[in-house]
Amino acid sequence: MQRRDFLKLSAATALTAALPLQRAHAAELIELPMYYPVAVGGPIAKIMDGYAAAFHRANPDVRIRPIYTGSYQDTTIKALTALRGGGSSAPKMAVALAVDIFTYLDQGVLVAVEELAKGDKAWLNSFYPAFLTNSRANGKIWSAPFQRSTPVLYWNKAAFKAVGLDPERAPADWAEMQDYARRLTRRHNAKSVTEWGIQIPSSGFPYWLFQGLAIENGQARLASVDGTHTYFDTPETIGALEYMVDLGRKSKVMPSGIINWGTTPQDFFQNRCAMMWTTTGNLTNVRKHAPFPFGVGMLPKHKRYGAPTGGGNLYVFNNTTDAERAAALRFIRWVTSPEMAADWSMQTGYIATSPAAWDTDALKQYVAGFPQAVVARNQLQYAEPELSTHQNQRVTKVFNDALEAALTGQKAPAVALHEAQSRANAILRRYRA
Amino acid sequence: MSVIAPTLARIRTAQFGDHLVAWLLITPALVLLVAFTLYPAAATLWQSFFSTPLVNRPAHFVGFAHFQQMLADPVFVKVLVNNLLYAAGSIPASVALALLMALLVNARIPGRGLARMAFFTPTVLPLIAAANIWLFFYTPGYGLLDQLLHVFGLAGHNWLGNPSTALWAVTAVTVWKQAGFFMIFYLAALQQIPENLREAAAIEGASRWHTLRRVILPLLGPTTLFVLVNAVIGAFSQVDALFVLTNGGPDNASNLLLYYIFQNAFQFWDTGYAAALTVVLVLILAAASLVQFLFVGRRTHYR
Repeated sequence: MQRRDFLKLSAATALTAALPLQRAHAAELIELPMYYPVAVGGPIAKIMDGYAAAFHRANPDVRIRPIYTGSYQDTTIKALTALRGGGSSAPKMAVALAVDIFTYLDQGVLVAVEELAKGDKAWLNSFYPAFLTNSRANGKIWSAPFQRSTPVLYWNKAAFKAVGLDPERAPADWAEMQDYARRLTRRHNAKSVTEWGIQIPSSGFPYWLFQGLAIENGQARLASVDGTHTYFDTPETIGALEYMVDLGRKSKVMPSGIINWGTTPQDFFQNRCAMMWTTTGNLTNVRKHAPFPFGVGMLPKHKRYGAPTGGGNLYVFNNTTDAERAAALRFIRWVTSPEMAADWSMQTGYIATSPAAWDTDALKQYVAGFPQAVVARNQLQYAEPELSTHQNQRVTKVFNDALEAALTGQKAPAVALHEAQSRANAILRRYRA
Repeated sequence: MSVIAPTLARIRTAQFGDHLVAWLLITPALVLLVAFTLYPAAATLWQSFFSTPLVNRPAHFVGFAHFQQMLADPVFVKVLVNNLLYAAGSIPASVALALLMALLVNARIPGRGLARMAFFTPTVLPLIAAANIWLFFYTPGYGLLDQLLHVFGLAGHNWLGNPSTALWAVTAVTVWKQAGFFMIFYLAALQQIPENLREAAAIEGASRWHTLRRVILPLLGPTTLFVLVNAVIGAFSQVDALFVLTNGGPDNASNLLLYYIFQNAFQFWDTGYAAALTVVLVLILAAASLVQFLFVGRRTHYR
């Protein structure tokens, strides 16, 4: 046999042998499109793609296809629209806002993660309880905690030093924060400020950071557990909004009006604000870009310490086959495993979702060299669930509108919040038993 | 008899054949029109009289309940007023600016080609890109506008975060974006005006202003009508700039009708109410077009 013929023959044999194999492989490969948002600075998309590739290497029969879908709100809009349209392009899973649980349940598109896990209580109980509160409805756990956060206070140590404040100590309570902010505010002239004492961003979803103030003022929850009642006009909630409005309009230590969520970290890096409230999910971003030493502290207390939990969970949709559900669960368990949760936390700043993750060597070492990373976890003991109701986006918008009206000086806090409460009542009435 | 009958039959067959061909010819257009215009329009009207279906409660007939709900909805009233203000602000400004620019680049000025291109550039930019550029202009602190104000020692301003300026900030973007587009129509119309009319006016001793007012503007009438119809439709179907600039905020200060429809349909999933709002939007547009064709159109001089 000639050498060339031999090559041809063996190539042909290899091809015929490979073909059925490939076909079998294609039939077995489970593809799971997964929508996900990006709500913080940093290369989240790159990390997500990396995780999908790593999972595929370890599980060749499953391919997770992460699809970036904008903000949290956009992600829910796009997921529900695609699910309604059906077809092969619809997502099988999503990383979506934990509090959108009722939005998805009202549309009837979810499979409960608890059912997929077949009652594996040990796994479900491995998460911090604070992160599971927003996952519960109708007696079931529907989603798995993933990119979870609480807001924290970041401060510029150099700016503190410059005005004679202890650079190692965060303001402990409301009065102190206001006092610090007053000392830190630098003015160009009577009208123009070059550096604000503090920024509590209020664009897009002002309710979240505001909820920190409400909890500290004694209003632990803004909505009932079953998502049918809101507490927008209690004296505690009104008092918290008055404090927030006064920081800008009365004390003039914070820009008055709407403060942009996206540009606040940039303001912090450029010495335009000395303290800021934002999600711990921005921690790695701040660590990389702040040109000065910075501190991270719990939100200051008033009547008590407090912060809302926040962030996104992993959801599985009911357009999946049994095999796809099993594969989705495998990915969820893999990506929330202590090692992966620790890695995610170090790469982003989100809080690793289980105590076991904080016991991994990798995260222990990281925290030893960067103690700022543990503040948000320590704050969890004071955390309360984020505002979540039926018709969540609509009720939240009513509340956001009221906060914006007060912050921009259109309405007094009490007036705005009373209006919001009565509008929320009108929306939620039909969900009450 | 024996001759007439077959002839009639032949004529009938031929007519039938012609009809068939005619129907076949319009079928593609008809299918598209029905699928993407007539059916959605009818379905929307139908849905506006039904409640939004929920998981455990299918849609049921509610009559005019959604329309009554609108009257009691403060946000609807606000977006309607906003939309009227927005139309009143953006339409005259962009049409006047378009005419001004067209007159300028129709005259023999140095760098005419460059000026035409510069005026037309905003139109070719995708609106999302344009809105992002303006987002940078408006950013408090380091945006272009605030940096300019700072040069003159003035305090910065939160253009998009302040309820008294947010809507006008959005209006400015629209004027900037669509004036160049309208300019093209005016420019084309200006070049159609015969030179001898101007010459005649000049011989009669008419001033340039007089010529513009009595000769040129009347001849631009049909173009103005066309541009106005487009501007009105544009003003009531504005939505994309809001996604980038304000999301309708703060407290709905810059919210417009179509964006509110989007919020109801895709954020709140209240499809019934969104359908009713859509019906209102279509009625407004139909009324606006009718008024323009009946009143403005009658006074327009067509050649």
